[in-house]
This record gives sequence, C-alpha cells and structure tokens, in this order.
Amino acid sequence: MNKPDATEQSARETEETGVPGFRTWRRIYVFVFAFFVLVVALLTLFSRWFA
Amino acid sequence: MNAFDWIVLLVTMIGIAAYGAWHTRHTNHLDTYLKGSQTTRWGTIGISVMATQASAITFLSIPGQGFESGIGFVQNYFGLPLALIIVCAVFLPIYRKLGVYTAYEFLGQRFDAKTRLLGAGLFLLQRGLAAGVTIYAPAIILATVLGWRLDLTIIGTGLLVIIYTVTGGSEAVSLTQKWQMGIIFGGMITAFLILLARLPAGLGFSGAAHIAGAMGKLQAVDFSLNPDRRYTLWTGLFGGLFLSLSYFGTDQSQVQRYIGGAALREGRLGLMFNALLKIPMQFSILLLGALLFVFYQFQPAPVFYNRVEWQQHATGSNAATFHALEAKNAALHAVKQEKIRDWLEARKHANAVNEPAARAAMLEAEAATEAVRDEARTALTAADPLAKTKDSDYVFIGFILDQLPHGIIGLLIAVMIAAALGSKSGELNALGTTTTIDLWRHFRPLAAHDEARNVRAAKWFTAFWGFVAIAFALFAGFAENLIEAINIIGSIFYGVVLGIFLVAFFLKHVGGTAVFWAAITAQALIFALYLLRHRFPALDISYLWYNLIGCAACVVLSLMLQTMLPGKTTRITAT
Repeated sequence: MNKPDATEQSARETEETGVPGFRTWRRIYVFVFAFFVLVVALLTLFSRWFA
Repeated sequence: MNAFDWIVLLVTMIGIAAYGAWHTRHTNHLDTYLKGSQTTRWGTIGISVMATQASAITFLSIPGQGFESGIGFVQNYFGLPLALIIVCAVFLPIYRKLGVYTAYEFLGQRFDAKTRLLGAGLFLLQRGLAAGVTIYAPAIILATVLGWRLDLTIIGTGLLVIIYTVTGGSEAVSLTQKWQMGIIFGGMITAFLILLARLPAGLGFSGAAHIAGAMGKLQAVDFSLNPDRRYTLWTGLFGGLFLSLSYFGTDQSQVQRYIGGAALREGRLGLMFNALLKIPMQFSILLLGALLFVFYQFQPAPVFYNRVEWQQHATGSNAATFHALEAKNAALHAVKQEKIRDWLEARKHANAVNEPAARAAMLEAEAATEAVRDEARTALTAADPLAKTKDSDYVFIGFILDQLPHGIIGLLIAVMIAAALGSKSGELNALGTTTTIDLWRHFRPLAAHDEARNVRAAKWFTAFWGFVAIAFALFAGFAENLIEAINIIGSIFYGVVLGIFLVAFFLKHVGGTAVFWAAITAQALIFALYLLRHRFPALDISYLWYNLIGCAACVVLSLMLQTMLPGKTTRITAT
C-alpha cells in the first residue's frame, strides 16, 4: 500500500496556517483559548445578570 | 404529522442519502473510502466533526436537560476547546506524518501488535455499544410520540444509513453530513424563533430569561468544589478535558473525520472551527430548553410530559388517582402563573420591598408544582414498576408537535433523523475501518496489497456493524437518560485509551508490554469503581472523573511497570 511521502508533507505543512492575521498555529491556539476564556466569562456574567 | 410534514421529512432524508450514495458510488480507492476525498477542505471537515458528535440525542435530550435542570450542563463541554488544541498540536501531525488509517495503527507502530489490538478492541467494544444507543435513542422517542412502530423506525433509519455509508465510505459520510447539518441548523433556528414569538406578549427574551434565571435555570457556571455535584466548572474543565481529548484524539469515529483532507491545515482548521463553536452551540440548545420551561409557565402544562406513557396507565383502577393529580397540577399551575405575574410586576416597578417576597412566593409555587410532578412519577411507578418516569426528553418534541405549523413539524422531525444519520454514519464508517485495518489486515497481512479486496472488506465490515447496531437497538433496553448513557459508556473506556495514547506520545521510554498490562489493570479498576458505586457510597462519583482516573492509572502504572519490565521503545515525533 502506498503511503504519502510523510516527511516532506509534514515539513511543508507544519507552520502554514493560511489564515489572515495568524501567521503561526501558536497564534491560532492562543486566540481559541482566549475566546474560550471570554465565553466562560460571558456565561458567568449571563448567569449573574439573570439570576 | 400531516402529508406536508411527511413530504418534507421524506424528501430531505431520502434525498440526502440518495445524493450521498449516488455521488460516491464509484469510490474504489482505499484512501478515499477510508479517509475521504483528498481535496476535502476545512469547512467540510469541521462540519463532519460536529455532525459526528451531535447525535439526535443532542437535539432531543439537551433541550430537556435545559428545561429540567437548567443550562449548567454546558460546563460538560468546557474541556473541549483545550482538548482540541492539544489534538491539533500533538495528535494530528503525527497521524498525518505516519499516514495511518486508524489511530490504533499508530499504537502498533509506537508499541507493538498486542497494544494496537487492545486499543482497537476497546474502541470496537465501547463504540459498538454506543452505536446501538445512537440508533435507539431517537427511535424510541419518535416512535412513542408519533405512534410509529419502534422496530420499523429502527430498521428504517438503520438501513438508510447503512446504504450510503457502505456505498461511499468516508466521502459519503462527509458529503451527507454537510447537508444534514444544514437541515439541523435551519430547523433549530426556526424552532428558537417560533418559541420566542410564542412567549406571552410583552415578555420578550429578556423577561423570559429573568423568569428562567429567578427559577434557577440559567446557572451556567458553578464554581463549587463539592465532588457530589455532577456538573461544575472543575468537572467540566478536568473531566471534560480528558473525555474530549480521548474522544477527539483517540476515537476513530472522530480521528477518521480529520486525518484526511487536502493538507494538515484543513484538519487543524476544521478542529479549531469546533473549538470555537461547540460551547456557544450547546449553550443555545440548553437555552432553548430553559425558554421552553418559561413558555410552559404560561401554557396549560401537563403533569407528565411523556403523555403517551401517562395515558397508557391512566386507565382502570388508576384513573381516579391520575385524574386527581392532573387536576391538582392544573390548580397549582394557575397559582404559579399568578405568582410569576406578581413577581414580574414587582420587578418592573423596581419595588425593593415587594420583589423578594414575590420571588419567594413564586419559588414556593414552583416547588409545589414540582412536588405534584414527583407524585405523578410515584403514581406511575406504583401503576407499573417498569414505567418510564423520566419525561424531560419529551418536552421539546411535545412542543414541536403541539406548537409548530405543519411543514415545520416535518422539518424538525427531519432535524432529529438527520442528526441520527449523521452521527451513525460516522460511527459505522469508523467501526468498519478499524475492523478492516486493525483486525482483518492484521490477521491477513497478505491481503494488505490488494486494494480492491480491502475496499470490499471495509464495505462488508461497515454493513456488519450497521446490522449489529440495529440488532442491539431492537433487542436491548437502555438507560432512561439517553445522553448520559452514552457519556457513561464512553467515560468507562475513554480514560484508559487516552492513557495509552498519552504514554505513546509523551513517555518515549515506556514500551508496549508495560503499557499493555497497565491498561488492562486500569480498565479493571474503572469497571470496579463503576460496579461498586452503589455498594460503597464513597465510590459514587461523577462519571466524568472516570476519564481522569482511568487515564492517570494507566499512565502511572505504565511508568511503574516499565521500571520492572524494560522493553523496546520507539521514538515518533511530529517534527
């Protein structure tokens, strides 16, 4: 069974995000984490506002 | 349901299945059949990941959870974004680098054949069990409220999903899931808007949310450290993290959704799409349930929402008791409505003196109606010890049938069935793939070179698991709270499987024999905890903790055993 040329493919793919404003995957992860923290904070505020 | 509803339902469901099967009918390459098209982009992968996780139970049971217990269940998903970041950064690059078809193939390369078989075996066992629930859960509810035959509902939905999943494999699964999710989003948004429009005049979203909040239904985040509480920020963060990491990182039904695609980037962005949207999506579904609770405060509310179950037992010698409970509920419900209006009035005028008293009176009235609902459950059990006493799964479907216009009813039933088919197809695809790659090819290594034979085997195994799921759904009885049943089954196995993978990724000096016996011991420990929980109350903990305990036990025991059983190790890294 032919498998893709894994090493070349992996090296090429590792850091390219193709997302404007996010040059590295690390930045995307930080953004997703920050969004999660914001969502939890908003949910907490939502609970308190309507309590 | 009238003819218009049936047309909407059948055209959407059969149309999507037929389109998926027709479009992928010539799929005969193993890569495409097992991983999907090589040109798949991140949007399709993201939707496919979401559709595989969101079964019909998500749309039937979760509004019921919001109705009954409030929106605190959303905390169950707090670990998910963190888990997906770890999967993107660590798991996915290695899977793609090795070009594996299944997550367990990686275990074979990292450890040895027995550990690969153990991982694949645990997956087949737990996912095979859950597959029965996935097909049974919507069928029992739809059959009950719509008067359909349960066996025909199970067989009909089961055969439909088998046809297109077997025909087109992973490509058909992704293709159909995209359309199914379109139906699901369209239907749920429509239901939400109609619910808002049906709230009493002048109340609006804000008024309804204030009523729900005052009645304790909008407590989204609970910071309590009490281990007896099932859903808190901490169980969600830690238990949920391990559950999600195991599900997305090691469960083939998810791994298969994102290891294909045009490039690593597509899989990563598809997962990040889910990391961003999953919590807001679950929150919206739970909020729908909480707003349904408010809606029924201003409508004649039944004492028991599974009306078919109630009517079945409200006959003969029980009739008087049941009718008395209905009358008592109606009277207390009217009192509660009055108290709610009093509280709204006091709140509107910002009356600091009257508002607390009005709120207390409202909560007292709510407690009184809840007490009658408890009496109703007791009466049901007295009439029939086998009666189903949990009715929250029937709240949303009852609203759909009673309150929505024809055509929209058909669309919402299509939502439930589309969700069932979407998750089922992902599961069958994964079960068929794992059986082919990790079992069949393992025991028939010479067959690995015959691509056409591999595809044929994958099709047969996919069909086999489809029929196993149908048989299981037809002949097994399940826990009443269906979504929890699936999560409990998952939590019993997931922690240990995750432990094996964490050792594989992060503890490079640990070998196959150590992790194998550590995993066996850890799984036995989790079984013991689960089976002894009623006998020893101290062991009766939230099932989410099984993920953490199973994983930790596997990792720690692996380290200990490795010191006694030095073995061969392999280094596999993403870079």
